[in-house]
Amino acid sequence: MSKYNRKIRIVSNIVLFAMTLLCVLPLILLVTSSFTAEEVLAQNGYSFFPQKWGLDAYLYLWETRKTLLQAYKMTFLVTLIGVSCGLTITTLFAYGLSKRSLPGRSVIAFMVFFSMLFNGGLIPSYLMWTQTFHIKDTIFALLVPNLMMNGFSVIVMRSFFQSSIPEELLEAAKLDGAGEWKILAWIVLPLSKPILSTITLLTGLGYWNDWMNGMYYLVGRTDLFTIQNVLNRMISSMDFLRNSNLTTAIESGIRTPSIGIRMAIAVIALIPILVVYPFLQKGFVKGIVIGSVKG
Amino acid sequence: MKRKTHNKNLAKRIRQSIPFYIMILPGLLYLLINNYLPLPGLQLAFKRLNYAEGVWGSPWVGLKNFKYLFRSPDSWIIIRNTLLYNTAFICLGTAFSVTIAILLNECSRKWQKRYQTFILIPHLLSYVVVSYIVYAFLGGENGMINNQLLRPLGFSDISWYTEDKYWPFILVFVNIWKTFGYSSIIYFASIIGIDRTYYEAAEVDGASALRQIRSITIPLLKPVLITMILLSIGRILYSDFGLFYQVPMNSGMLFDTTNTIDTFVYRGLMESNDVGRAAAANFIQSVLGFFLVLTANRIIRKTEKEHALF
Repeated sequence: MSKYNRKIRIVSNIVLFAMTLLCVLPLILLVTSSFTAEEVLAQNGYSFFPQKWGLDAYLYLWETRKTLLQAYKMTFLVTLIGVSCGLTITTLFAYGLSKRSLPGRSVIAFMVFFSMLFNGGLIPSYLMWTQTFHIKDTIFALLVPNLMMNGFSVIVMRSFFQSSIPEELLEAAKLDGAGEWKILAWIVLPLSKPILSTITLLTGLGYWNDWMNGMYYLVGRTDLFTIQNVLNRMISSMDFLRNSNLTTAIESGIRTPSIGIRMAIAVIALIPILVVYPFLQKGFVKGIVIGSVKG
Repeated sequence: MKRKTHNKNLAKRIRQSIPFYIMILPGLLYLLINNYLPLPGLQLAFKRLNYAEGVWGSPWVGLKNFKYLFRSPDSWIIIRNTLLYNTAFICLGTAFSVTIAILLNECSRKWQKRYQTFILIPHLLSYVVVSYIVYAFLGGENGMINNQLLRPLGFSDISWYTEDKYWPFILVFVNIWKTFGYSSIIYFASIIGIDRTYYEAAEVDGASALRQIRSITIPLLKPVLITMILLSIGRILYSDFGLFYQVPMNSGMLFDTTNTIDTFVYRGLMESNDVGRAAAANFIQSVLGFFLVLTANRIIRKTEKEHALF
């Protein structure tokens, strides 16, 4: 490698290292702030190097753990159900559409595609879900609108089935007398692990991070709130945790460490993602690349 | 006779396809309900919503909602904000992501993976969490910037959440911070896809790394680049609701520089009970947005055929 090229490599590493810091430091501020003593926060604000560490925020969250645990439970539940249903209907839909001989296939494929181009927007959807389907203040509000399946993943998956599953294999299985459902379950799905895991990741992240459905459709039932909904609500009312109908009234005398809590609860929402991410990182990158090829 | 056998074939094909129709059914139903059933609701742009009567029973009001919308200064502000922010995201975001992708390509294999892992982290956060992070920096009394930077340096505090002039910079910064990792990885993937022999030949000719970037990487990246930009232009009337609603913490004093079509529609529907104007804005976004996507695709089809959506 020439001296000149080495220089470029050094510059590149410096820049990328700076970008890494740029992406990580804000999260670190979140964490250090949440572990700062409340009186120091009141005086010096959020800081990377707090003068005094403290667990005030977390102790308070522990006092109100009922609300948080319930929200965590909802997040897990919604993600689990949402991903299972979403993955199932997406896979079946995409596999059916991958059959070239299917009468009416082009019409259905066009409908999938058109759904990506034309979007009715918030108001028509909101009115339909609330007035026709009455999902307001039910768990369906968190599960059904928008997140379960989208045209994009159907198209990506269909092209995977068409390009990566050898036709001869399916023919051979058919000659052996296997039905279409058996072929899908025993031959196609085992060969489709990469795309299945990619779609699982994307759908799962969508559910885990979603706060919009809760904000639109959960008005009275705060017990259905996911962790993101709690965070969202706390922006407008810091007292949400205390007033929540799930929390036993906290005896007076405990001052709300409101400055630190904001950060502590955001940290708590983040931890699961950051814990799981290193193991799934490859899948995410792959998913982005697959998506860009088709998108 | 021929027609008869054709019909027979079709009937046979349909019968053979029954398992596939059953497989398609749940997904198709979801698509119909989630994406198509709401569409008639667009007529609300020409009606006055009466919740008791529903969308169909509400009375027609002609173009009144649109007139009302365009007579107010809001319409100009939300359209201007939506277009200008998207333009800034497209220009600065693209330039930045491509630069990072090219630099990433110059790093060693081992470090490429590590950097990718870290720059993708902001993409994993929800905008609610991002808004807490931004608050940690900008909060008026407790924010890190006021407390640890401005005060020690002798400046007075800036009340970030009440002064709208800072927000164009803040929102562009936050948007790029959150999305650059994702788009860099897309560009990086297409850089890796470039035939290595070009670079080997250039190496033999004694071309420097910088020269190789200029004469090989960038020209070969152009198709993907053009496609990505056109797709963004097709979505120029849409804004990320989370970015514009959560990050400014829905602060009314900032509406001048943070209100976009999406936040306007949401507030009209949920907060200010101004459904008429919101529905009109919603209608314009949907319909005009659709034609913009079609136009963008038509251009892509002319320039980079293999990247066209259809």
